[in-house]
Amino acid sequence: MIKVLFFASYREQLNCNELVLSPEDQPPTLSALRGQLSEKGDDWREIMEDGRTLVALNKTMTRRDADLKDGDEVAFFPPVTGG
Amino acid sequence: MTAVHISVQTRDFDPAREQARLSDNAAVGGIVTFTGLVRDNNLDDNVSGLYLEHYPGMTESALQAIAEEASERWSLYGVSIIHRVGQLHPTDRIVFVGTASAHRQDAFAACDFIMDYLKTRAPFWKKETTPEGDRWIEERQSDKDAAQRWEDRCKVKR
Repeated sequence: MIKVLFFASYREQLNCNELVLSPEDQPPTLSALRGQLSEKGDDWREIMEDGRTLVALNKTMTRRDADLKDGDEVAFFPPVTGG
Repeated sequence: MTAVHISVQTRDFDPAREQARLSDNAAVGGIVTFTGLVRDNNLDDNVSGLYLEHYPGMTESALQAIAEEASERWSLYGVSIIHRVGQLHPTDRIVFVGTASAHRQDAFAACDFIMDYLKTRAPFWKKETTPEGDRWIEERQSDKDAAQRWEDRCKVKR
């Protein structure tokens, strides 16, 4: 399974903080995951296609497309505003 | 070897205690500290509360990575980063960064660098309460520009 997390305004916009994808629904790559989530609706597509959306794979920020494997944790979130 | 102290916490912190922690090394010649506070206004609106969300697990490792990068760029004996999360109010302390080095220049530069990177690389999000309702704070171009200036410099340890 792959765990997908959403934070801050994205969590509220999607009314979803966590999705768990079973092995049969697991996309092979991050970009395939984005495509899969985009099909869930307009709000989802808007976030997946927003160039400002940040993505972390196993708690490390990543920009590139990456292969996904069982047990991975992917997080999508808006630009950070700490400090 | 740089002693690194990282904490993401809901409770308040004591800047004097953190300064004492950084002072606990006879080789230290200077300590620079920054304490960030919650302001009562933003974008010309009154702010009565600030909620801080984070990504547990990733936040701590992101802060550790920022501290380690600072330690590679400058000669530091100690780095302390504390960031509060949860519900805060104006005048509350929200963030602390402290750096200790043999000479002041390294401590000043490292503290500045850590704050800039913290604002652009650590997964924290602020939501403020105003008379018009709650709103998530948008990223600021000035924060991105401030972080970018460190990218433009060569990474040579002095």
